[in-house]
Amino acid sequence: MAEIRGSRGGLPERRWWLAVAVVLIAALALPNLVGEYPLLQLSVVAILSLVSMSEGFLWGFVGILSFGQTAFFGLGGYTYTVAALNFDQTTLPLLAAIVLPALLALVIGYFMIYGRIGDLYLSVITLVVTLILEKAMRATSGSQYVIGSVRLNGQNGIPTVPSLAIPWSHGQTLDLTGVFYLSVVCLAIVYVALRLLLQSRTGRVFVAIRENDQRAQLLGYDSRVYKLLAFVIAGAVAGFAGALYGVWGNFVSPDMFSLSQSAQILIWVIVGGRTTLVGPIVGCALIEYLTTALGTAAVGQVTVIMGLILMFAVVFFRRGVIPSLGDGARLLWRHIQSRGARGANVSQ
Amino acid sequence: MSEVLLEARDLEKRFGGVRAIAGVDFRLNRGELRCLIGPNGAGKSTFFKMLTAQLRPSSGRILFEGRDITALEPQRISRLGIGIKNQVPSVFDGIPVYEGLWLAAASRHPGAEAAGIVSEILERLDLGGISDHLVGTLAHGQRQWVEFGMVMALRPKLILLDEPTAGMSHDEVKRTAELIRELNREAALIVVEHDMQFIRDIAATVTVFHQGRILMEDTMANVQKDPKVREIYMGTAADA
Ligand SMILES: Nc1ncnc2c1ncn2[C@@H]1O[C@H](COP(=O)(O)OP(=O)(O)OP(=O)(O)O)[C@@H](O)[C@H]1O
Ligand SMILES: [Mg+2]
Repeated sequence: MAEIRGSRGGLPERRWWLAVAVVLIAALALPNLVGEYPLLQLSVVAILSLVSMSEGFLWGFVGILSFGQTAFFGLGGYTYTVAALNFDQTTLPLLAAIVLPALLALVIGYFMIYGRIGDLYLSVITLVVTLILEKAMRATSGSQYVIGSVRLNGQNGIPTVPSLAIPWSHGQTLDLTGVFYLSVVCLAIVYVALRLLLQSRTGRVFVAIRENDQRAQLLGYDSRVYKLLAFVIAGAVAGFAGALYGVWGNFVSPDMFSLSQSAQILIWVIVGGRTTLVGPIVGCALIEYLTTALGTAAVGQVTVIMGLILMFAVVFFRRGVIPSLGDGARLLWRHIQSRGARGANVSQ
Repeated sequence: MSEVLLEARDLEKRFGGVRAIAGVDFRLNRGELRCLIGPNGAGKSTFFKMLTAQLRPSSGRILFEGRDITALEPQRISRLGIGIKNQVPSVFDGIPVYEGLWLAAASRHPGAEAAGIVSEILERLDLGGISDHLVGTLAHGQRQWVEFGMVMALRPKLILLDEPTAGMSHDEVKRTAELIRELNREAALIVVEHDMQFIRDIAATVTVFHQGRILMEDTMANVQKDPKVREIYMGTAADA
């Protein structure tokens, strides 16, 4: 049976806007309903979801599997921290945490994509980049490693990341609830922006390149430009998330660049599914929730259990949780419809 | 005498020690319909891939409308007006038929116009009923039509078709011959084919490739009478 998916570009349906609005409003009501600890957890999930979504966008829609979103995530975190501590303000550093990672993505993306290296090598190189950055950052414990007035502190990271100053109210910084609002709103904005992008001509070409790069070129699209654009966008989003992460915990460390962090991102995307933008968000929330729940339940062996969950997800929800649920809902709906039709025939 | 549209000069392609194309001089006029034949491994597909920059020539030049395109990128060549249907179908399996055709049309035409082109092609190729189906779920013949449609949507000046009737039913082959004649009203075509009846149907001049060289160039009737051609086809029953 042919699967039918009729997306034809243009603007998303009104239904979709409504759903986004409802979820966003519900999320913004949460601080009135839950305590500080859950709010803290939800904030970090929203922030990490941004990285997860950047990976899902790149891998699921453009066909570029990056192992190195952590390179941009970490760079964004450090950029914000170093700039904010040096210049004693936070708005421009937040912007810098978007621009600098985007530039890094532009440079390494340019060499990889215009150098026409294969997809596999691209994945490996992104991994190498993040591991180099991690090693380099870990090696900065000496007092000579200073940027402006800020010591990089090597292994230990920087535990004095400034909270975000609210630009219009003098001297006030964003509190825990404020960070929650900011994270959720940013997640919503990035989600909507990516969705609109994917529905534009450019976004449709992204998908064409994912499906068949060669054919896209034979149709006259310079696939390198499109891939580079996508890579830079994903880098910028991950960098921004890194800054928010620093703001959230007032802490950045070389772990942000690490292999385990990078693997986590892939796991979120695999579990949530990469054929929708919501999938990576759900994957991130689910895994983070389970990790915390298992941790609190003091089962020990959290890693082993998470491994089993990953295997389970891969085997039973091959395309990821969200797409599989979507398939299930469609099947159920067809079933109901066909039964309805049969019922009608009988009664005639 | 009509104007030359495409010219290859002393074209050569080596794969390691193999000379897949070993010095080809080739000319095609504007509006011409040409068939390329030759036994398996003669170098027909390699020739097509060099014309569209999917492969780089080892030496020699390619000129299109008098302009040297030897070193251009595939997307530039596509935009100059050469469209290709590869031997192995090259389509977008994971997206609907409509979307694939739209991507082709939209590479040249603004949104509204592209939509018009897509509807026209859906109708012309009788794909309207399956426009929402994912290309990957279609039968081989239908995927060929989709690729055909994508090439048509580009409105190229030169259309290259590498074995367009492979895996098609008798009726589909007849429709393809018709379509080729129709397309030939607006574009020049080079068609690689093994089906001799089909070549007689579309009544094209024939170029015979053999071991990376052009063996002869003539009408189908003369080619079939030629002793050298008979010789190279001997024992390769599938090609007759
Ligand atoms: N990428 C490649 N690497 C090495 N050798 C190749 C490559 N592509 C083609 N060849 C060789 O070049 C020669 C010509 O191949 P080509 O595919 O152009 O032949 P063809 O005329 O299209 O044959 P067919 O009728 O089977 O499609 C063959 O000997 C083939 O093995
Ligand atoms: Mg061939």
